[in-house]
Amino acid sequence: MAEAMLIARGLHAYYGRAHILADVALEVGAGEVVVLIGRNGAGKSTTMKCLIGLVRPAAGEIEFAGYRTERLAPHAIARLGLGYVPEERRIFTDLTVAENLEVGRRPPRQGLEPWTPERLFRLFPNLGEMRGRPGGRMSGGEQQMLTIARTLMGNPACILLDEPSEGLAPVIIEQMAATIRDLKAHGVAVLLAEQNLHFAGLVADRAYVIEKGGIRYSGSMAELAADEAVRAAYLSV
Amino acid sequence: MTLATFVIQLLNGLAGASSLFLVAAGLSLIFGVTRIVNFAHGSFFMVGIYIAYTLTESFGRGSALGFWASVLAAAVAVGALGFVVEILLLRRIYKAPELFQLLATFGLVLVIKDATLAIWGPEDLLGPRAPGLRGAVSILGRPFPEYDLVLIAIGPLVLGLLWLVLNRTRFGVLVRAATQDRDMVAALGVNQAWLFTGVFALGAALAGLGGALQVPREPAQLFLDITVISDAFVVVVVGGLGSIPGAFLAALLIGEIKALCIGLGDVSFGGFEISFSKLTLVVEFIVMAIVLVVRPWGLLGRPGGEPRHAAATEPPLRPLHGYLKLAAAGLGAALLVLPVATDGYVLVLLIDIFVFALFAVSLHFLMGPGGMVSFGHAAYFGLGAYGAALLVLRAGLPMETTIVLGPLVALAGGLLFGWFVVRLSGVYLAMLTLAFAQIVWSVAFQWDSFTGGSNGLIGLWPPAWLASKSAFYHVTLILCVVAIVALRHLVFAPFGAVLRAGRDSPLRADAIGIDVRRHQWFAFALIGGFAGLAGVLHAFSKGSISPETLAIARSVDGLVMVLLGGVQTLTGPVVGAAVLTWLQDEIARRVEFWRAILGGVIILLVIAFPQGIVGFIRGRFMREVT
Ligand SMILES: Nc1ncnc2c1ncn2[C@@H]1O[C@H](COP(=O)(O)OP(=O)(O)OP(=O)(O)O)[C@@H](O)[C@H]1O
Ligand SMILES: [Mg+2]
Repeated sequence: MAEAMLIARGLHAYYGRAHILADVALEVGAGEVVVLIGRNGAGKSTTMKCLIGLVRPAAGEIEFAGYRTERLAPHAIARLGLGYVPEERRIFTDLTVAENLEVGRRPPRQGLEPWTPERLFRLFPNLGEMRGRPGGRMSGGEQQMLTIARTLMGNPACILLDEPSEGLAPVIIEQMAATIRDLKAHGVAVLLAEQNLHFAGLVADRAYVIEKGGIRYSGSMAELAADEAVRAAYLSV
Repeated sequence: MTLATFVIQLLNGLAGASSLFLVAAGLSLIFGVTRIVNFAHGSFFMVGIYIAYTLTESFGRGSALGFWASVLAAAVAVGALGFVVEILLLRRIYKAPELFQLLATFGLVLVIKDATLAIWGPEDLLGPRAPGLRGAVSILGRPFPEYDLVLIAIGPLVLGLLWLVLNRTRFGVLVRAATQDRDMVAALGVNQAWLFTGVFALGAALAGLGGALQVPREPAQLFLDITVISDAFVVVVVGGLGSIPGAFLAALLIGEIKALCIGLGDVSFGGFEISFSKLTLVVEFIVMAIVLVVRPWGLLGRPGGEPRHAAATEPPLRPLHGYLKLAAAGLGAALLVLPVATDGYVLVLLIDIFVFALFAVSLHFLMGPGGMVSFGHAAYFGLGAYGAALLVLRAGLPMETTIVLGPLVALAGGLLFGWFVVRLSGVYLAMLTLAFAQIVWSVAFQWDSFTGGSNGLIGLWPPAWLASKSAFYHVTLILCVVAIVALRHLVFAPFGAVLRAGRDSPLRADAIGIDVRRHQWFAFALIGGFAGLAGVLHAFSKGSISPETLAIARSVDGLVMVLLGGVQTLTGPVVGAAVLTWLQDEIARRVEFWRAILGGVIILLVIAFPQGIVGFIRGRFMREVT
């Protein structure tokens, strides 16, 4: 594993009185693709929201790029170079594709080639053909590409990708996997939340298995693929 | 009406619409991004006109440049005021429940009003006319002020500028994005704090500009804050919350309809005299009521654009605990024997407290279990009061009968208005209740021959057996306590349970066959009756009533009482009513600038106790009781 850039230790989170995360710990190394895999309601999205600051952890530490971030506001964490692509996509439906990208734009980051709309349109050619179209009038797959592009405009060093394959057609899923491998090739680290083991297998180096708000297993993707018992216990439907 | 008068009235309407649009656009912009309904927006308008008065008096008499520079400077000054207000106050309350935010901005209204009074004094101040635009042009042979032509042009000009800012600048793109999803904007690295400050300052500056532009047309007056904010609310709601073009359209529509009503004057239809000019006070509210029923989200608004329901996080209500029940009974007994020990003044104050406790508890029933926040609860208080007074004075009925009939009048009003009201929810619902309350107020205010107009009605004395203060005190105490206890029982009765179910998950309640809307409708009417009873008692305790009885300020008092005490508790409204009634009485008697003090107290309370006083105490000390 490369040097860790995103580290969580002992995270606990609540919604009201419901204890959602109990002692979650994970690490993502620079340039690495890590998957957080688990069933519906396991706590994947909540973990992501804690990492980006949208949910305040009740206890625990988060470290990103050498800074302690568990008390920071979302914008401050994002400015350190952590990108967030939410599960529900949350495209600004009234804004055009170009304007959606503008919202995500941040200054270039040292050591990374800055993302521009032009460069993103090469990565996502579909988007380039609909710059003036309102986000609300795009297909699900196009919206998913747009959320990723929008986050990349912030020149993040690491991206949290929450179930990007959800609800997409198989062809688009293949494209999505290719995109994630592209990002990795550009030196962007990715923490991916997934239920889909097949998709995770296409892109991830390592995996954490989460169940009922706790990490139950961690290992390389190959180890997980070989471990029938873990898959049966935590991942089968 | 000749063609010429018609055209002139249309132009008048356009000129009036411009300022209205500026104010409403600012309000809408602020709401869209911060989700705060800024009650103090009318105050920004008012401050704008006062500052512009001072500046144009000094620099704007001689030169056109001086005049227009003064107007712009006034707008900028108000923008700066907004900037300061946002940083000092609003930043602390973005996380508070919607209603508390509203309450805090209302506190701000009071503070700004008294500050204005302190700086500029109570007289109306009419500024100079704009140099170079003092004359009139002739349109179809009629004179029309040149200045108003300029005003007509300013509306669309500002609309265009705003469009450019919102669509062609990064700030504007961020504003539009934040209007849709603030958290996502933050997660993309945008510091919302400054975005909010910017939007709030811009919105305030627009209101200030709207005020400043009125300097040559109307005097600066201290009541402008409330009249302007209610006009602006109407425009924003009719146009659709958060929609700037909607605000423009609605301002035009309302400006024109008002102007036409003035133009029509008194018209007789087959023997009936209809005074259209008197209708101007209510016509905008009628337009709003119609629009909200036909298109509940406004002309250009979008369904779902309103704030999320605040009730989701509300903990379940609990019945009073054993020993608290005992304490309440003890307090009741003490109050019963109190007249033996004290003088008339304390009794008068306590009567007020009982009456307003009932008023507040009834409003709380609507807001809490009913899930309907009414901004016009005074209407039912007033309908009860006026109903009883008119029955005594015009029909010669004895007071005892009107204690039953007065509340029935209010209940009938609740049935009528409630039918419309329950079709909406959230802010829109609140605004519609405000609209109906304004209609009732206007009728009471203008129908001189029947309601006594602005003078109201006098000579409402209780019969001989109730003439002594202590007798009246006992009757009031007993009636209010019985009514409050009845309401409390209703909360936990099946009817209340259905209401709460409907509030928390309307879809599920619908699915199991509960007609939520019908329950809400009956609740609205019934609660009107309870508020009406409070009104009746109030009327007879004072011996007279005036339109003040059902003015906006009274509705706001009710909200303050409920929120002070805490929406999530049942004892809250009683405590809130006692505290506010006592405070108002105490401060108003001793201090000149009591409004500012009251406003300041409200603001501090909201910042310190976002759950209300009783909610705070319960959260603090009563964990173990649960
Ligand atoms: N806003 C919320 N309020 C209360 N409970 C919530 C909220 N959001 C999620 N939960 C609960 O928290 C638990 C974890 O949810 P989370 O969204 O983190 O799961 P997930 O692993 O992302 O699931 P999915 O695969 O469905 O996206 C679930 O039981 C869910 O019901
Ligand atoms: Mg999820």
